[in-house]
Amino acid sequence: MQGYRLEPSGLEQVFEKLKSQSYEIIGPKLKDDAIVYDRLTRVKDLPIGLTDEQGPGYYRLKKRNDDAYFGYVLGPQSVKHYLHPPVFSLWQAKRTEDGFAIPKERESAPRYAFIGVRACELNAILIQDKVFLDSDYQDPVYLERRKNAFILAVNCTQAAPTCFCSSLGTGPKVEAGFDLLLTELINETEHYFVLETGSEKGQVFVKDVNLPAASEAELEAAQNRVKATEEQISKKLPTEGIKDLLYASYEHPHWDEIAERCLSCGNCTMVCPTCFCTTVDDVTSLTGDTAERVRRWDSCFTSDFSYIHGGSVRPSSKSRYRQWMTHKLASWQDQFGSLGCVGCGRCISWCPVGIDITAELEVFRQERGQSESN
Amino acid sequence: MTGFKETYGRKPKLAVWKFASCDGCQLSLLDCEDELLALTGEVEIAYFLEASRATVKGPYDVSLVEGSVTTPHDAERIKKVRKVSKTLITIGACATAGGVQALRNFADVTDFTRVVYAHPEFIKTLATSTPISEHVFVDFELRGCPINKMQLVEVINAFLNGRKPVTPSHSVCLECKKQGNVCVMVAGGKPCLGPVTQAGCGAICPAFARGCFGCFGPMELPNASSLMGWWKKHLGATDDEVIRALRTFNAGAEVFRKEGEAHGN
Ligand code: SF4
Ligand code: SF4
Repeated sequence: MQGYRLEPSGLEQVFEKLKSQSYEIIGPKLKDDAIVYDRLTRVKDLPIGLTDEQGPGYYRLKKRNDDAYFGYVLGPQSVKHYLHPPVFSLWQAKRTEDGFAIPKERESAPRYAFIGVRACELNAILIQDKVFLDSDYQDPVYLERRKNAFILAVNCTQAAPTCFCSSLGTGPKVEAGFDLLLTELINETEHYFVLETGSEKGQVFVKDVNLPAASEAELEAAQNRVKATEEQISKKLPTEGIKDLLYASYEHPHWDEIAERCLSCGNCTMVCPTCFCTTVDDVTSLTGDTAERVRRWDSCFTSDFSYIHGGSVRPSSKSRYRQWMTHKLASWQDQFGSLGCVGCGRCISWCPVGIDITAELEVFRQERGQSESN
Repeated sequence: MTGFKETYGRKPKLAVWKFASCDGCQLSLLDCEDELLALTGEVEIAYFLEASRATVKGPYDVSLVEGSVTTPHDAERIKKVRKVSKTLITIGACATAGGVQALRNFADVTDFTRVVYAHPEFIKTLATSTPISEHVFVDFELRGCPINKMQLVEVINAFLNGRKPVTPSHSVCLECKKQGNVCVMVAGGKPCLGPVTQAGCGAICPAFARGCFGCFGPMELPNASSLMGWWKKHLGATDDEVIRALRTFNAGAEVFRKEGEAHGN
């Protein structure tokens, strides 16, 4: 492992350099009662000295007893908000004398520099890459934003009780897919970052920032920090045989039990960094002279989403939750060759009634185990 | 998809009718400022007493009906309105769920008339406040207390252009998340009706860190008992608070009514 030592004050230099390369900086920022991804102009915009406490259906901000810059775990949003915008106008058409015309010119895609991206989120981006780019039909909106993106990742220095990335091999250590990587270190005497590069873009970037190499001890401290985080993770989602388990549980009565609690509100899909479903609305001006097709996030928890001629295919919460969970953990594997979950725990924290995907899965697993041993 | 004008070679005639209501939804139409001019170019506003005393005789191509039915007279009048309207669209919580005046449905209305009027014997009112759909066939119901003016324009617009209006029936939560509002329930511990309420308002209250009041009524698949169970168990809400939250503008909507009753009276 090779790395540099970056002082907190040096981070401002990183910001300035990103700006000079005409990046729009998106990073963690305090908004109302949570840390969200928003536009940052300077290092002071970071949620310095703040952390979060999470549980099923529960998230609270707390003050830390230090001035850590990245001392929180995860907020409700992921970079999905920016790479795969919630609402996007796909095209407009104007009525002409002899039909209609579609103006061709498109605004150029923004150049985002994402600050503070965690291991699970990076893995979610890699999953969305497969969804949006790994086929004959690429999503141009995602593609442009993704190509432009600069990613400054951060290793988690603390985990929440809702995290289970270590079960899925998606964290807490950042392994790949970043340009720059920071590990924040704070002890009685010092506050600094170990900075690593993960791409050519990242290497070029640090070249003229002129940073000292990190010492062996500093590099080791960084590694130990991430290890300690991993040890904090208590939640598990065992993946062995998960696909067969879910496919075999299709008619299981536990889906009805979940449906008694599930609100079909769709929050879990909105906060999930891999969920990608959308719908399109066709709208017109009053005069009917212009028309527009607008894409917006949709969810397998809405009735419109599975509406086909004659009705909704999934009219009950039971069928919707089953669809969601089975897709995330089983059919996603058939479709994209991996799980559709990275263990970030957002769906657990941000479910208004605290439904926990790992706990629900465990019920199926336990009962299956029992019926097998009988 | 052909527009009204191309099909009929004229502008559609629009009427606006008022039943038991506060006029707020009709005001939303007047409030359409920017769109109002364009609108008057596309429709003939034939009957709209709140805007003009001049009226044009029916039948009407489209009627917007505000308010609920609370008197024997109105119960008859709505039938006449239906007869002269090709398309009938109800607007607002009063017309779609009985409005806040449906609180009478939970009590004896004469208890109210006695307290409010000097001569309650002159008051001819029904025991209940009911939505228009309980009396006549309704082509489309636009929710809200008041309705969202952009949704109103969208509904008229869709009618004019012969397409389906974009007025999703999912929860308010989806609007919050798309806008980037922070969940007031999860992060603030505040009771919020958003997860069981239909979207359409633009999630205004959560955007200002308040819980949703449920102005747009139940969403398409509401699970009020689960949400209220969570309010009580985890947010410290009392039965009274649960009932109060459910009994506002959409008190008469079946899901809200039943859930309220499950928590006492
Ligand atoms: S399913 Fe839940 S834990 Fe898994 S990635 Fe999505 S939000 Fe995170
Ligand atoms: S699991 Fe939770 S967040 Fe997802 S739809 Fe059900 S209640 Fe909403």
